Amino acid sequence: MPKKFMKVERIEHGTVIDHILPGMAFDVLRVLGLSNDRGMSILINSHSKKGGKKDILKIEDVELSGEEASRVALISPQATINIIVEGKVVKKFYAEAPKVVRGILTCSNPNCISRQKEPVISEFRLSSDEGHRYVCAYCERDIIDLAKRVRS
Amino acid sequence: MKHVISIQDFSVEEIIDVLDRAERMVKTARGQTVSDFLKGKVLACIFYEPSTRTRLSFETAMNRLGGAVVGFAGPEASSVVKGETLADTIRMVSAYADAVVLRHPREGAARLAAEFSDVPILNAGDGAGQHPTQTMLDLFTIRTEMGRLEGLNISLVGDLRYGRTVHSLAIALAKLGNTINLVSPEGLEMPSEVVGYLRDTGKFGMACHFPEDVIAETDVLYVTRIQKERFPDPVEYEKVAGVYRVDPELVARGPEDMIILHPLPRVNEITPEVDSLPQAKYFVQAFNAVPVRMALLSMVMGGERNA
Repeated sequence: MPKKFMKVERIEHGTVIDHILPGMAFDVLRVLGLSNDRGMSILINSHSKKGGKKDILKIEDVELSGEEASRVALISPQATINIIVEGKVVKKFYAEAPKVVRGILTCSNPNCISRQKEPVISEFRLSSDEGHRYVCAYCERDIIDLAKRVRS
Repeated sequence: MKHVISIQDFSVEEIIDVLDRAERMVKTARGQTVSDFLKGKVLACIFYEPSTRTRLSFETAMNRLGGAVVGFAGPEASSVVKGETLADTIRMVSAYADAVVLRHPREGAARLAAEFSDVPILNAGDGAGQHPTQTMLDLFTIRTEMGRLEGLNISLVGDLRYGRTVHSLAIALAKLGNTINLVSPEGLEMPSEVVGYLRDTGKFGMACHFPEDVIAETDVLYVTRIQKERFPDPVEYEKVAGVYRVDPELVARGPEDMIILHPLPRVNEITPEVDSLPQAKYFVQAFNAVPVRMALLSMVMGGERNA
């Protein structure tokens, strides 16, 4: 009988971010600005029980705040956040995509006034439809390639 | 304080209010009656890019209302060459004037200006972005010439991809209850978000590559310029430009009471022979810039009182 191995060990304390869009785990890490001196495990293109693929991030000794969770949702709106204490999930929630994003994103339109030398903080609004589109408050264009537009 | 930044900021009621005001301004715009509604007020027209119609019609509009105009045309005449930010220029200009008309090459410039201004900002075009006063005058022309602004078949022809004024016009017309046909060369089609909006609101007519396919059902033929620089190969441009040339033969295939509009300048999209036909309304449209801009200036500087 084949021996069963766990791909990645459980963590005792910290946060597990599950159901990240496949291939986006490193972008999530960048958005969170976590230093690489922490213990963390990254699963890329893992099989999801719900079908399809997903990424998973396990970060030791960090409890994600609501604001950090919404940063995750900005680029991976289906992600779930699990807070782990003494090996058990004590809190599980969906990260909610922020309705307004100030300062974190750079507009993808190179001709947008928010990208010039002006005293201005970038601002994006979540569109009212279901498309998870963010629209620049200045040039009114959709942001393209959102994950790459997050400032480190 | 009311700014005029994007047509999207205006509700249908507010658009109708502007058009009603413009209608009351026509005689004064023609110089048949005299107004001192904005006497003592100063309008700053700051144009970082060349413009003929927009700048002259704003200046005319302000003069017809008895106000004064200051400003510059071209960044070389301003402190931009010294490295001044738009934010600082606006802070300074808004301290001198009662309203500011701004044309700028960057998208979103008018929105930024509104954040730093103590007086109303009127967007006279921000790069490939918005040009709400053009949309207003297009709507005004359609209403004046057709007698209504709903239930019309409107065919937008030309470069529907890059000309963003056409995007706002399509959305505004759909909002007002008109059906929109989209006629453009391959590669210059209307962006999917605008088409999506038209479909969602049930105001999408058809999309095609040839004006002949829609002309028989068209109440308003709105022609735009196809820019040569969009085509890497000049031969390709000539081919496309030929297909999109509106001439008397094409006009004859449309309804008799159809009207033809163009935001101007035209290059050769409409042949000069069309100018004398009763359907040609693009010079009336150019005149309408004055009463519509008078309406907007009186609205932002004169408040609720009637001009």
